[in-house]
Amino acid sequence: MAQKNGEALTDLMQSERFLHRFERIFSVAVPVLAVIAGLLTAGVLIAIVGASPLEAYKALFQGAFGSPYETATSLNRAIPLILAGLGVTVAFRCGLWNIGGEGQIYIGGMFASAVGIYLVGLPLWIHLPLALLGGFVGGALYGGFAGYLKAKHGINEIITTIMMNYIAIYLVGIMVKGPMQEPPGYFPQSPQIQPGAILPIIWEETRLHGGLILALALALLFYVVLWKTPFGYEIRTIGSNIGAARHAGMKVARVQITAMLISGGLAGLAGASEILGAQYRLRDFFLPNYGYDSIAVALLGQLNPIGVVISGILFGALRAGAGTMQRTIMLPSSMVFVVQGTVILFVVGTAILANLPKYLAKRREAAHGN
Amino acid sequence: MENTIRLENIVKHFPGVCANDHISLTIKKGEVHALLGENGAGKTTLMNVLYGLLCPDFGQIFLNGEAVEIRSPKEAIEHGIGMVHQHFMLIPVFTVTENVVLGEDMPREPLLDIQQAEQRVKEISHTYGLDVDPKSKVWHLSVGAQQRVEIIKALYRNAKILILDEPTAVLTPSEVDILFKVLRKLVEEGLTVIFISHKLQEVMEICDRVTVLRNGRVVDTVETSETNQSELARMMVGREVFLQFDKEKMTAGEKVLEVKGVSALSDRGVAALQNISLDVHCGEIVGIAGVDGNGQCELVDAIMGLRKIDRGSILIKGKKIKENNTREIIQRGVSCIPFDRHAEGLVKSFSLSEVLMLKEWNNLPFTRHYLFDFNAIRSFSEGMVREYDIRAPGIEVKTGNLSGGNQQKVVLARELSRKPDLIIAGQPTRGLDVGATEYVRQRLLAERARGAGILLISTELEEILSISDRLLVIYEGQIMGEMFTANADLHDIGLMMAGVKRQPDGQIKEMPV
Repeated sequence: MAQKNGEALTDLMQSERFLHRFERIFSVAVPVLAVIAGLLTAGVLIAIVGASPLEAYKALFQGAFGSPYETATSLNRAIPLILAGLGVTVAFRCGLWNIGGEGQIYIGGMFASAVGIYLVGLPLWIHLPLALLGGFVGGALYGGFAGYLKAKHGINEIITTIMMNYIAIYLVGIMVKGPMQEPPGYFPQSPQIQPGAILPIIWEETRLHGGLILALALALLFYVVLWKTPFGYEIRTIGSNIGAARHAGMKVARVQITAMLISGGLAGLAGASEILGAQYRLRDFFLPNYGYDSIAVALLGQLNPIGVVISGILFGALRAGAGTMQRTIMLPSSMVFVVQGTVILFVVGTAILANLPKYLAKRREAAHGN
Repeated sequence: MENTIRLENIVKHFPGVCANDHISLTIKKGEVHALLGENGAGKTTLMNVLYGLLCPDFGQIFLNGEAVEIRSPKEAIEHGIGMVHQHFMLIPVFTVTENVVLGEDMPREPLLDIQQAEQRVKEISHTYGLDVDPKSKVWHLSVGAQQRVEIIKALYRNAKILILDEPTAVLTPSEVDILFKVLRKLVEEGLTVIFISHKLQEVMEICDRVTVLRNGRVVDTVETSETNQSELARMMVGREVFLQFDKEKMTAGEKVLEVKGVSALSDRGVAALQNISLDVHCGEIVGIAGVDGNGQCELVDAIMGLRKIDRGSILIKGKKIKENNTREIIQRGVSCIPFDRHAEGLVKSFSLSEVLMLKEWNNLPFTRHYLFDFNAIRSFSEGMVREYDIRAPGIEVKTGNLSGGNQQKVVLARELSRKPDLIIAGQPTRGLDVGATEYVRQRLLAERARGAGILLISTELEEILSISDRLLVIYEGQIMGEMFTANADLHDIGLMMAGVKRQPDGQIKEMPV
């Protein structure tokens, strides 16, 4: 009898070990497969439109990485996606559905612009950090407000953050046609920021700016924060099992608000780095849809900061290569959005694969049993 | 013709375990047949196979001598098999009749014909003595009455064979009596009842024959008239069970927990605790007996600072606690084994070592200078795995992938390794098999011997009687009485649990010498 029990236990442990290993492999394999499946499906759609998918993807790749200049452009597009994607990651890991990256980017851009334009005569080493900080604070306040409503009053953060997106986008519109408009007032845009607030170019003869260093450093920082610090542990516990977090005595509301402050702040930095590194002035709709795309970036990156960097670069490349694809083979650039959409669909769809390791373990078990 | 159901060589595997291992079983028409076995013996799995919820890997089912294949509950009902689950499948805001007809075809589709249905519900309840008003809303009903609605649901669908999965687990003793009357009536009317249980006394009382399962296999089928409780117990666990634990005599020390006249609301805003007072001293186990849902969860939440107290106060080691300050309460030396280990005790996506540090994540040795010290975490976790005999392939395995018994050992290891002065244990053996249950109880007794005060809240009276020194009965958020376990009267406790009897002023009889 005891013999039999012992066998059953080792069997169980073996299947657990198997599961564990597979879940690890899956966290990398699934997003890669999703991207491949997305590109293949979109290829079919390109063929239906009447173009050659191979040519199209070649042009897309050329446009994204064909020359140093184009590679730099891809990376420049990736910077706000990575920063905002990190923000989404922090919020989602805490169980908060921050859909407000879009609005937080705009507010961050606006704050950074204000600091960059109206503070005069400061040296770079003071002015640039101040402008970046302004962007972070703007986004943080904007996201933190939704976090406060959620944590203290139970108001659904999905709804508040989505609605606040519109307020932010059109607030920027009002600002660049009103208080912040460049005199004498021909265009809906602000004056240029001071030279001291500009994020320097870090790759000569290209447009690649220092925001990349910021994005990579923050990705590394948040990898450490999430997995190697007590604070990150609190975030992940609350996001995974809020009941267990309460029973452990975690200050749930405080951590939730902090996570939303950080999440919004990172999105704000995305807006700030775009203004300070690429556009140098505030415009209407200056980063359209980056906030929403950053959700896809975060999900494709498996809510892991390192994964976010990789998927952010992929999405940046898709955006940057779109123009070339349009010019070379006369395919509408909106086709790139179709490609992106299909990839996102497959990424989200992989949720149904989440149980696959368990299923495989079961199959294996059954095969052994008989 | 006499054999209503014959199961032949039913085999059902789950990952890592063979829940049903070539089970063969015959159930006669018109009998109450018990399926007896400890948790995990395969009783529920077998019945889910019969009810079409699970597909067997192997084996056949014969109904009245004919081989049938049952692929869904719908098909089971067509064959006249009905099942009352442990957790009721009722919609609280619907009336009894609305719940009964749910999913049934109506004669005047798409219109509802509630009157006619009500008439039939009345007839059924009259015939079988299932006392329930067809028009009342289900959430108004007591647990016992809700169970009767479930039985009516099956009878409405012309069930001839009724499977009851642990039907008495949620009932008070008096409700059990009512249920048994109903079951006798059903059998009189020619129905067959399959009664799943692990309670020997009930099986002896109500059943004609009993099939004992152990580790997914049939041990034997016997007539209840030709056996007795201790024989059944031996068959069930494969060895003699010792229900009584040897307890060292302890002299109770200073008070670690004082609850003084506490009242609190439930999540739904109704009074859940009403003027509750109790003490726990060092070196004693105080049991809280009562049927599930009488304020036990709210009491634990209040002590842990997770629920607002409207009146009264709670003192831990003589110091009043503040609500919303669970962290400080824990740091003061309070450990808690929560009622629901999945919702409150574990984080299923976390590794074993991450879950083991959940109560002390922010403290030495796990955290040093705002960073985790992974060497300390690893050595602690490995030590816990050894000391508490946690069967896991490694400390990196996700706790959601562990078995229930091992999950509970993880919680136990985490809570007890802190050397707490006060332990709040909510249903610490829920869902565990006999071996794991005994282990948990031994551990709690060891903590008592170390000098910890333990508040044990359990719906299993047997658990409270076997390890606690003193016990209180809770009913609708009030303490009905308090007594030393040594001179506890089962009948009295039963009446208190049902809210029938109250001890005057909660006076406690003198401890016998």
